[in-house]
Amino acid sequence: MEPRTFRVTREALVAYAAASGDHNPIHQDEDVAVAVGLPGVIAHGMYTLALAARYVDESLGETGRIATIGAKFTKPVVVPVEGVDVVVAGTQKDDGTIAVTVTCEGVSVLGRCQATLRG
Amino acid sequence: MPVDPTIVGRTYPPAPPHEVTVDAVRAFVEATGASYDGGPAPATYPIVPAFSAMLTFLEAEALDLSRIDHGAQEFRHERPVVPGDVLTVALSVATLRTIGGNDIIGTTSAVTDADGALVCTGTATLVHRGPEDPEDGA
Repeated sequence: MEPRTFRVTREALVAYAAASGDHNPIHQDEDVAVAVGLPGVIAHGMYTLALAARYVDESLGETGRIATIGAKFTKPVVVPVEGVDVVVAGTQKDDGTIAVTVTCEGVSVLGRCQATLRG
Repeated sequence: MPVDPTIVGRTYPPAPPHEVTVDAVRAFVEATGASYDGGPAPATYPIVPAFSAMLTFLEAEALDLSRIDHGAQEFRHERPVVPGDVLTVALSVATLRTIGGNDIIGTTSAVTDADGALVCTGTATLVHRGPEDPEDGA
């Protein structure tokens, strides 16, 4: 499956916070993020997983075929004021499972991210 | 404050039902930079009611969201979520381990529709950070 690059911005994180109900300020407020020891504002882990799901859906050309999707949130996606790119790539295995990688600044940010599809 | 070990196996009262509207799904989809056609919601959309259920759980156990890192998440769907669904989440604590002063809480969230049928199951790993070990996380 063709890798794709998605831009993550702080504006998108604010929109995602409103849409998801996760208003944890480490995803919106630089001062709070730094105060808890983070390098800066970080994306919600579920935002990154949502990008992985978007990648699978758009690669398949439809939403609603994913039966399972999950990942470990192994590294934060740090989002500076100007935004940051993440690269999403997928490989479909013989059993139909899609293994997804998401990297930011060359670092893998999700562990064991994979999706299975309904028949 | 360490997490009370007796919470394993406990199920929490459900948060108010979540009505899946076209507008709510559109807002979720557009936040990820995609466009929405009015069809099924994305596979991670159930985090919306599941997050609400997690907040109910944290409040019930007097745990502070600012000490929680989201370690892992999976959704296993019986069917896609679609606009018009009214979803209820029952969250239970499946596992609890303590590693390096952090409590690792495994939760299972059963997401059911208005007929009581299972729509999907969410499993989450929540890391409750100990007092002296702030870690990166999401």
